[in-house]
Amino acid sequence: MADYFNEMYHSGAVRTPYARLEDWMKTMPAEFRQMKQAEAEALFRRIGITFAVYGEGGDPDRLIPFDMFPRVFTGAEWARLERGIKQRARALNAFLVDVYGRGEIVKAGRIPANLVYQNEAYEKAVVGFVPPKGVYSHIVGIDLVRTGPDDFFVLEDNCRTPSGVSYMLENREIMMRMFPELFRANRIQPVDSYSDRLRRTLASVAPAKCKGDPCIVILTPGHFNSAYYEHSFLADLMGVELVEGQDLFVEGEYVWMRTTEGPKRVDVIYRRIDDAFIDPLCFRPDSMLGVPGLMDVYRSGGVSICSAPGAGVADDKAVYTYVPEMVRFYLGEEPILQNVPTWQCAKADDLKYVLERLPELVVKEVHGSGGYGMLVGPKSTREQIEAFRAKIEKDPDNYIAQPTLALSTTPTFVAEGIAPRHVDLRPYCLVGEQIDLVPGGLTRVALTEGSLVVNSSQGGGVKDTWVLAE
Amino acid sequence: MLSRTADNLYWIARYMERADIAARLLEVGSRITLLPSAHGYRSEWDSLLQSSGTADGFARKYGNPVQRNLESWLFFDRDNPSSVASCITAARENGRIVRTALTSQVWDALNTAFQELRQLERTPRSELELSRLTDWVMRHTAMVRGAIDATLLRNDGYNFLNIGYYLERGDNTARLLDVKYYVLLPSLEFVGSGLDNYQWTTLLRAMGAQRAFHWAYGGDVTAAKIAHFLILNPQNPRALITCVAGMTNHLGRLAKAYGRTTTAQSKAAIMLSELETTSTDAIFDEGLHEFLTRFIGESIELGTLMHECYLSGDVR
Repeated sequence: MADYFNEMYHSGAVRTPYARLEDWMKTMPAEFRQMKQAEAEALFRRIGITFAVYGEGGDPDRLIPFDMFPRVFTGAEWARLERGIKQRARALNAFLVDVYGRGEIVKAGRIPANLVYQNEAYEKAVVGFVPPKGVYSHIVGIDLVRTGPDDFFVLEDNCRTPSGVSYMLENREIMMRMFPELFRANRIQPVDSYSDRLRRTLASVAPAKCKGDPCIVILTPGHFNSAYYEHSFLADLMGVELVEGQDLFVEGEYVWMRTTEGPKRVDVIYRRIDDAFIDPLCFRPDSMLGVPGLMDVYRSGGVSICSAPGAGVADDKAVYTYVPEMVRFYLGEEPILQNVPTWQCAKADDLKYVLERLPELVVKEVHGSGGYGMLVGPKSTREQIEAFRAKIEKDPDNYIAQPTLALSTTPTFVAEGIAPRHVDLRPYCLVGEQIDLVPGGLTRVALTEGSLVVNSSQGGGVKDTWVLAE
Repeated sequence: MLSRTADNLYWIARYMERADIAARLLEVGSRITLLPSAHGYRSEWDSLLQSSGTADGFARKYGNPVQRNLESWLFFDRDNPSSVASCITAARENGRIVRTALTSQVWDALNTAFQELRQLERTPRSELELSRLTDWVMRHTAMVRGAIDATLLRNDGYNFLNIGYYLERGDNTARLLDVKYYVLLPSLEFVGSGLDNYQWTTLLRAMGAQRAFHWAYGGDVTAAKIAHFLILNPQNPRALITCVAGMTNHLGRLAKAYGRTTTAQSKAAIMLSELETTSTDAIFDEGLHEFLTRFIGESIELGTLMHECYLSGDVR
């Protein structure tokens, strides 16, 4: 386990994508680096990119730490990742259309029925409804980790409303502003077309009733939400209104927004709030965030909702195990990206195996996210492990376990200079009439030495991610 | 434009203007304490608190108007919704909500003011001179205003911002004037006498208009000249007529852009036409206090119409 793949130094040599960074790194004086780091932080703060962390209280204007050392992929490495990511996004959407329709995959016995139909995220309200262009998940965030030169694993899929894309864009902006010489010396593919591509994707799934240019909005829970900055950033880049539930209402067959000139019809809603909150008449009656009657309009084709209600059943951690099956079943292809072997504590044999090997495994809650409620066996004390064992035994269905992966490292600026730190990658795949991916993503880095948890809510940082042109 | 966005823009303007006024009050108040006066300083602070509309809140929290408490109250105190800190925080929060309707320069100006305010709040009070604080506020309110004028698209949002600025400013000029009149001149015979010149000069100073006044009128300071300057002179940026004309102009632009007029336009037009046709004699005949009370009432009414016709989200 001590042997991690270092993306820059491998077998005693500098790997090609990093070749031009070695000089840059070695010749940078410490004072210059500190100056640049301070400059980056000031830029982030001025732009207002902050991230509130749930449950921590404290500073609502906290910054996500930004590491200036970029993470680099060659064009060839990316080409393979891109094929794998798009393949997976297609399969996940095919699965969603299927399980809200005829349920062929269940009938074929390729995935257990109860895992789908008894799933908390399975939305009975949309059974039998096919969203425009047959797309449920329009922005698929696929979390990837790397363990070797050619070894990539999918850690999890995010089919609902993956966040973080604003960091991908802003990290690049800030790097270009601070180190223009790096961009002259390396041929780095741009990512700034993301917002145009997102707008095109959203427009392509406008409902049939919409004639002409669709009116697109982003629906946010409001400015107290930790990702509010991202919501307003994307709205601004796309030139669409950022609305809250209170700004929308349903009348007749349509959804309208309240403007200073009177009601204006809305065709496509890119929602950044959870299913449970979007319509108090259909889901949680106490929701103040949603729009009463929205689901009726949606089901009668008056408005498109992205991602579609019900998409969450595809990114459930127990369903995850079956995604390679989905690729084979719907696309007739072999999966390009591998899954991490996963034990489901709901199965008696798996549970026994997991409980015997807790100190070496990573255990997660099936419905958890953000790095909360997980156990990293090798990094935990005996007491922590025993406490977690009790939780698993109490409610085994709620947990899955995976081997502790040897996450790759990239050089990272730390207090003592430069040191390897573990990273993952989240690319953002767009699915509409076409399937689209910008060459890049969000690299998250575990800044604490030895830590394998990269979540920003757990003290992780971010890096600019480069894909080199061939 | 979303009604909620328009509402936020309108309130950004009102809060920034209010912060500016709180700082001006502080400066004038502290200046008066440096000068000998038959009235003593206490009544001055009282009148300033009254014009800011927060005298009751202050009395409840602090009791006697000791200068240090007044500085806390008008600058830092979050219990005072009109304090500089409350206003700048609220303006910045409103700005954060409507980031998409602001240019990066305007957001930068609002956010910088807020970030520096947080530093000031962490600085020991013994290191903060009052004059530095008031200068700081005026510099930042001017920077926000300047960023709006220099960079913002001249669309409906720009009109809502300006209407907010003018409404708040007109309302404050009227209140300042009314407090001076009402509190310091118990009987009408004092008007025009040398006794209260000093009070009137203080009023001009609060509006940063002392020099402008002398350029415009020359000679002795009289109540009639001051009333004319602060109510009817369109050259004075803080005069009631200037503020109402500004609102009328921006409401007119809204009506043109939206292709419809509302009761807000009619109300503003009536207010403007009255100010254009009246005279200081007529105002003094009606009674300055009565006139100002009526004006403040009409301003509030216009604010309500703004809400109904544009900002509430119930527009049809």
